Amino acid sequence: MVKKLVKGNVALCEGAIAAGLDAYFGYPITPQNEVPAYMSRKMVEMKKVFIQAESELAAANMVLGACATGKRAMTSSSSPGISLKQEAISYMAGMEIPGVIVNVQRGGPGLGNIAGSQADYFQAVKGGGHGDYHLIVYAPANAQEMYEIAYNAFDVAQKYRNPVMLLCDGIVGQMMEPVDFNKEPKTKFEDRDWILNGCKDREPRSLKSLLMQDGVLEQHNLDLQKKYKTIEENEVKAELYQVEDAEVIIVAYGISSRISKNAIKQARAKGIKAGLIRPITLWPFPSKIIANYAKPGVKFFSVEFSLGQMVEDVKLAVNGKCPVDFLGRAGGGIVSDKQVLNKIEELAK
Amino acid sequence: MEKILSRPKALKDFPLSYCPGCGHGIVHRLVAQAIDDLEIRERTIAVAPVGCAVFAYNYFNFDTTEAPHGRPPAVATGIKRTNPDKIVFTYQGDGDLAAIGTAETIHCANRGENITVIFINNANYGMTGGQMAPTTLLGQVTETTPFGRDPQREGYPINVCELLAGLKGTKYIERVSVCDAPHVIQAGKAIKKAFQNQVEGKGYSFIEVVSHCPVDWGKTPLEATKWVKEEMFKTFPLGVIKDETK
Repeated sequence: MVKKLVKGNVALCEGAIAAGLDAYFGYPITPQNEVPAYMSRKMVEMKKVFIQAESELAAANMVLGACATGKRAMTSSSSPGISLKQEAISYMAGMEIPGVIVNVQRGGPGLGNIAGSQADYFQAVKGGGHGDYHLIVYAPANAQEMYEIAYNAFDVAQKYRNPVMLLCDGIVGQMMEPVDFNKEPKTKFEDRDWILNGCKDREPRSLKSLLMQDGVLEQHNLDLQKKYKTIEENEVKAELYQVEDAEVIIVAYGISSRISKNAIKQARAKGIKAGLIRPITLWPFPSKIIANYAKPGVKFFSVEFSLGQMVEDVKLAVNGKCPVDFLGRAGGGIVSDKQVLNKIEELAK
Repeated sequence: MEKILSRPKALKDFPLSYCPGCGHGIVHRLVAQAIDDLEIRERTIAVAPVGCAVFAYNYFNFDTTEAPHGRPPAVATGIKRTNPDKIVFTYQGDGDLAAIGTAETIHCANRGENITVIFINNANYGMTGGQMAPTTLLGQVTETTPFGRDPQREGYPINVCELLAGLKGTKYIERVSVCDAPHVIQAGKAIKKAFQNQVEGKGYSFIEVVSHCPVDWGKTPLEATKWVKEEMFKTFPLGVIKDETK
């Protein structure tokens, strides 16, 4: 099939559209402006819903509303805008409303800068919004994955009645790469017995997260945790690259995983046994996979465009069996493959 | 004997938990009556606020959703745009609509979403114990204005109807009250019109109900409705503020 050269952000749009997206609600912020711009044309041409909302938080609440009725809706933003969406995300998690939120990360904290970053890992994976909940978090590493992960995200969200986040970064969003648009557009969706679509021939339904009676909220939280356990058992995705005999294992996602692969190739050429575990789901985290490779003599390090966030989960997974080091840059600084190679060589000694 | 009047079908047979003498119960009934009269119950989806009416889904006998504080207009936009055949309304208090939700209120109105907004203005934040609202009157004592609302420190009460009237996207705006029977009847007519407009695709309709809150005002229900007439009407005059539906 013929591949098209597109930006990562555009590939994301095409994946969502192929998944049967009914509505896109967004707001301008760099480096994801291609998403609302592309959607503003495509969705209107397809007679679907596009709104440039008054704010990122309004857009997230529009997703909440649309998804409450069983429609497929998505919003996108970048770091500070994602902070604005946290309230709606927490509500969606508590109300069990599926929806897709895309974060094309930029430098932070605060207004930061517009360069690519991976410093929102904690925000995505450890909460961001209030309460005991989890987002299912994917980390596309290239334009093809932007397309395919967006395509699958809505099914996953609906399967578990849980919001899903695509944690991208400004570089993957902005890079132009060939993409094989090979997915069949989805047209058939399963019925759901919880959606708000008018109480014709049935009892009225309500969606809520406020549970005031004694013990009810606690039980709800326990039920959510059961759901999360099921997700952990079934939805972990990771790529294993040259890990079987690796003595130095990098854990990296998104753009930093690609830089790491380059360094690993160079290290292997020098006879160093290096490998990569690339989480594709950041939540659920591939802890068991990492633990599996935490054998005596192996050294781990994470490569992140941050000052060390995912590395904490690597340490937890490794559970003290091996040393876990870290290499990163902040504020849009780019870790070079040379720096990664240096680190590999340093640990391989 | 023939039963000629009963609880509207759109209202559940469930005890209301509003305070004795509160206006919410009356407005719930008027909304439910309008929905019954227009025969739209089975395609209505309501968005509840954060505020005294947060449990509205316990009382309304149709599909409802919770929304974060102030966000019902955005949630309603998401619902209505993807389901244009459904009747969508928000039911919000003065904090929800005119404080934290001001941006969502204005922009939903500005986009001219074909929905109905029921705004309960009782000049304070009832649910949390009577703090100042954007609609608290000058000089009014509340939990957070113990010396009375001072324009220097707290600004002036907001007239939301007049604010929204300036937006081209709004088509019908009326301010009513439920302080006595004649006013309740007029409020019922206005609320029905606001839903009818949506059914007929006439655009954004907004009804502000100047309502009484006896418990948080520290008044008896009769003192409270009297205060509505004698004090609130001065700042919030009743009437049709805008009608472009003809």
